[in-house]
Amino acid sequence: MILFTFKRFLQLIPVFFGATLLVYFLVFATPGDPIAALSGGKPMSPAVESALRAQYNLDQPFWVQYFLYLKNLVTFDLGQTFSGQPVADVIARAMPVTARLAVMALAIEAFFGIIFGVIAGLKKGKLFDSTVLVASLIVIAVPTFVLGFVLQFIVGVKLDWAKPTVGSTAPWGDLILPATVLGLVSLAYVLRLTRTSIIENKQADYVRTATAKGLSRRRVVMVHILRNSLIPVVTFLGADLGTLMGGAIVTEGIFNVPGIGNLVYQAVLKGETPTVVAVVSVLVVVFVIANLVVDLLYAWLDPRIRLV
Amino acid sequence: MSENPTPEIIEPTASAPRVRAGKISSRRIEHYVAPLEETPLQSVDKVDETATPLSMWAQAWRSLRTQPLFIISAALILLVIAVAAFPGLFTSTSPTSCSLEFARQGPSAGHPLGFTFQGCDIYARIMYGAQASVLVGLFTTIAVVVFGGILGALAGYYGGWLDAILARLADIFFALPLILGAIIIMQLPAFRENRSIWTVIITLAIFGWPQMARITRGAVIEAKSSDYVMASRSLGLSKFKTLVKHVVPNSLAPVIVVSTISLGIYIVAEATLSFLGLGLPPSIMSWGNDIASAQISVRNNPEILMWPALALSITVLSFIMLGDAVRDALDPKSRKG
Amino acid sequence: MSELLKKPTMFDSAQDDLPLLEIRDLAITFTTPEGPVNAVRKAHLTVMPGETVAIVGESGSGKSTTALSAIGLLPGNGKVTAGQIIFDGEDITHADEKRIIELRGSSIGMVPQDPMSNLNPVWKIGFQVQETLKANGLAGSNSKERVAQVLSDAGLPDAAKRAGQYPHEFSGGMRQRALIAIGLACRPRLLIADEPTSALDVTVQQQILDHLDTMTSELGTAVLLITHDLGLAAERAEKIVVMYKGQVVESGPALEILRNPVHPYTQRLVAAAPSLASKRLQSQRTEVAEEINAVVKAEHEITDDDVLQIKDLTKVFKIRKGLGRSEDFTAVDNVSLSVKRGTTTAIVGESGSGKSTVAQMVLSLLEPTSGSVIFDGQEMSNRSEKDLFKFRRRVQPIFQDPYGSLDPMYSIYRTIEEPLRIHGIGNAKSRQTRVKELLEHVSMPSSTMHRFPNELSGGQRQRIAIARALALNPEVIICDEAVSALDVLVQAQILNLLNKLQEELNLTYLFITHDLAVVRQIADDVCVMQHGRVVEYATTDEVFNNPQSEYTKNLLRSIPGATLRL
Repeated sequence: MILFTFKRFLQLIPVFFGATLLVYFLVFATPGDPIAALSGGKPMSPAVESALRAQYNLDQPFWVQYFLYLKNLVTFDLGQTFSGQPVADVIARAMPVTARLAVMALAIEAFFGIIFGVIAGLKKGKLFDSTVLVASLIVIAVPTFVLGFVLQFIVGVKLDWAKPTVGSTAPWGDLILPATVLGLVSLAYVLRLTRTSIIENKQADYVRTATAKGLSRRRVVMVHILRNSLIPVVTFLGADLGTLMGGAIVTEGIFNVPGIGNLVYQAVLKGETPTVVAVVSVLVVVFVIANLVVDLLYAWLDPRIRLV
Repeated sequence: MSENPTPEIIEPTASAPRVRAGKISSRRIEHYVAPLEETPLQSVDKVDETATPLSMWAQAWRSLRTQPLFIISAALILLVIAVAAFPGLFTSTSPTSCSLEFARQGPSAGHPLGFTFQGCDIYARIMYGAQASVLVGLFTTIAVVVFGGILGALAGYYGGWLDAILARLADIFFALPLILGAIIIMQLPAFRENRSIWTVIITLAIFGWPQMARITRGAVIEAKSSDYVMASRSLGLSKFKTLVKHVVPNSLAPVIVVSTISLGIYIVAEATLSFLGLGLPPSIMSWGNDIASAQISVRNNPEILMWPALALSITVLSFIMLGDAVRDALDPKSRKG
Repeated sequence: MSELLKKPTMFDSAQDDLPLLEIRDLAITFTTPEGPVNAVRKAHLTVMPGETVAIVGESGSGKSTTALSAIGLLPGNGKVTAGQIIFDGEDITHADEKRIIELRGSSIGMVPQDPMSNLNPVWKIGFQVQETLKANGLAGSNSKERVAQVLSDAGLPDAAKRAGQYPHEFSGGMRQRALIAIGLACRPRLLIADEPTSALDVTVQQQILDHLDTMTSELGTAVLLITHDLGLAAERAEKIVVMYKGQVVESGPALEILRNPVHPYTQRLVAAAPSLASKRLQSQRTEVAEEINAVVKAEHEITDDDVLQIKDLTKVFKIRKGLGRSEDFTAVDNVSLSVKRGTTTAIVGESGSGKSTVAQMVLSLLEPTSGSVIFDGQEMSNRSEKDLFKFRRRVQPIFQDPYGSLDPMYSIYRTIEEPLRIHGIGNAKSRQTRVKELLEHVSMPSSTMHRFPNELSGGQRQRIAIARALALNPEVIICDEAVSALDVLVQAQILNLLNKLQEELNLTYLFITHDLAVVRQIADDVCVMQHGRVVEYATTDEVFNNPQSEYTKNLLRSIPGATLRL
């Protein structure tokens, strides 16, 4: 298991380097003046310009620039926003909010996605199954921002069950509605994945053997069908944590959540590329770590993997 | 070659060879023979010549055409494509002749869905906006299938270093969620200043191909280990020709399913980018842009946002449902034999 | 039958005359999208306490369905539509879920077919045994020891330690032992064994069935054995029930059925069973051979024309051990043999013996590590592409899996035409004539041309594969387990076809198989392989009558039914 962890860790290193290089390459090596890219095409003071040149070592060859940027990334020296705040501080403030939002979204999608998926899978072809299936397709088809507006309007404004926007401290209670919106599409995927997985496992030979042993129906479902079916679902959920944090842009925009997504969005609108690059780099790290955790979780759930 | 972690033979085989004579019961066992006419003997392994011959695609088509899910989604898609190709046939109102005097007015004769914030006819804008969404979805899918599909097929078929590099490359792209990656690209000067349908397509394709490459790779690997591939190779068919003639046709099913569903997902992604102000330029009429510009009045006039959103969602839903129906029809488990 | 050969059984007494399981006029129907399918009709059988009853039939005969209905394990779309199932005097045909669960495990146990898929991969073996005991209230306080005991009773060495391992750490034979342990853990009165060893090598099969025999006779458990192998059934059961198309066509004392089959289907089955056929040849009872089994070897002119020679062939695979390390695995070790034109040489071995690797090297689909394959006097290695292309015309394979060897996207016509097209033979019209001719060769109607593989049965697909292999008029055909996946009757049919074609076209066969019984029906020479090495190489008669190596002897002994005196 230790060897496995170590190997997985080693495999993630090229992904980390590759993804940061990709981001860096996109910003600094595409046609056009990098300074123009960094400034968002807006005129800027010579002081800001020279600060940017220094931060990104633009007089150096590309590879040197990249490695110096990596060094900065690792030491959390992420440069400054246009308003002069250190980017690291801004991220440090926004990150916990988004993390809270993403974890809540994850909890919601896991809870409802798995429960509905299991019931649908066990009762394949029945009314509940068909209803839930169609509903999941609709959720996937409707853009998140439309869902956001609809829920904000109905739940937040018309019914007044929850606050339509989130306060500046982003307490847990305020986040329920945005977290639901954020997790809804993934919920549909979790549901469908669980359902497929349950249907597949239900027909497995070892389930029949377990039934033949004289186990109760309940035990067959809980011990033999459920655990095996949840393996791919857990994998999906883990990888989804990273996606949720990156995908929070739209939701945070609609509900005015002071998180990472909002930060990126504002930076994009202002053309504040240094902040965008920094935030995206941090999110890549989060994503890579989430994937490592998933791999370990997977190995823990499925003993066959540990050998590899 | 898999290794056996434990020996198969457990006991020492040196034990004296036993002559097994069969068991004889002390009970009297009746020898029963069924009357012949009850189960007439058929000749061994006779070909059923009554059924009409059907290829796999023909079988899939036969099961598809009776499925309500398929019929509904296919009809809707045909309608959307017709609207996208000839919007003028579906409305005589110009979507661009807007007049602020009609701003936010409700439905009236000749304007079934009312007017937008700028006083444009919503129905006409929906009809004319279909084109952008359909084009983005279609061309992104084509680009992704061509690029991701070819790379994935080659990697899966030839394996080795090509496969290793592709796997790592895909991992790297997966580390950047679609929207996040698209935001970075779309705000680059080169893209930001030349925004058009094509920049959106390129952006979505850049982040969409790894998924298609993975799907194709998996399907190709499964197909290439089949005996019929080995049989063709030993008939003298070259390695590349075997890929083209046998492996690729047999790997198409999952690719078709995933591209159909992805087409819908790309349409949503375009709308999301447009909503963020990073998608199609405002000059291009599109559902995404109309939804984005309607958000300022969402509290008071939600219907201005809802109509294009509904059109978009129904279109996307049709593609996803179509993909689902095709998946069921092509599922090898539900096929006989 | 002499008294000496009679095997004593524990439950010899005739006093408990109430049947343990009685199935009366059972009918089972499956609802499918194409409409209801009557899988079983009017089936009836009785199992007395302590008795072993075998249900024999080909795939789709309803044998498993009948047996599984006794513990309510029919698939969701299956239903008992008529008849009765009586267990120990109690009618359980429509017993409620609760009663059936009570009976499962404690009164009726099951040993399933495929050991690879019947253990849950995510739970330890011990856990899976323990829950059986627990569910039937037998776990007690020292359940760990009970688990170890049950496992070691099933012949698993070092059981206490093994209980802590996962299924993937077990070999196929050991998994089957674990499944037997589970099936017998609660000492049921009836054990349903559904093809318990058909997925295993014959020597392992032998061992496991012996052990199962011993255990059930000690416990006094009655066994309902489901098998496709008549020889195995006759050897292991007191009574045989033959099923055909969902009906019981004949039943009676095992040996009696074999000696005096009355129903024409049973007669066919007895005649075709390869394990029994070989026995018959030995005991000079060839006159029983029926039309179906008219496997008469062609008289070959013996020439010194060795069309295929294999010299010191070796193949070493690198097995990756992770983190860049790898280990050498010698799959084929110094194998030499030669095949005379117009004859058949069989390579026999169990899984992992390297026999298929030899076939792939002969076909030039795999590069040997060392040694050479010489075809018609010409060395095969370092051949030019052009020479290799010519070689392909002359040597053709037939593979095992009839479902995988034909491209599902190609019509039968395109499949058979493909070799002609690749080699640029003839025009569209002459190719069509040739395809018709080839279909005739393999006794398929020419209308089959327009069909697709998924519309044909396994045996029919294998015929198409043969037709494709014959299209280029090859001299040598490599049959890699070509009949292993087929039902006995179909298997006999294909073997006959291969023999007929050999005679007509002077073909040379290299016949790769795990089944020694089949070898007798087709081969002139036999090469027995074990762990990549040749352990015995001689004529078929010599190998069967006077085997030299211990391994060959063991293989021969393990053929089910081989030692039955008929």
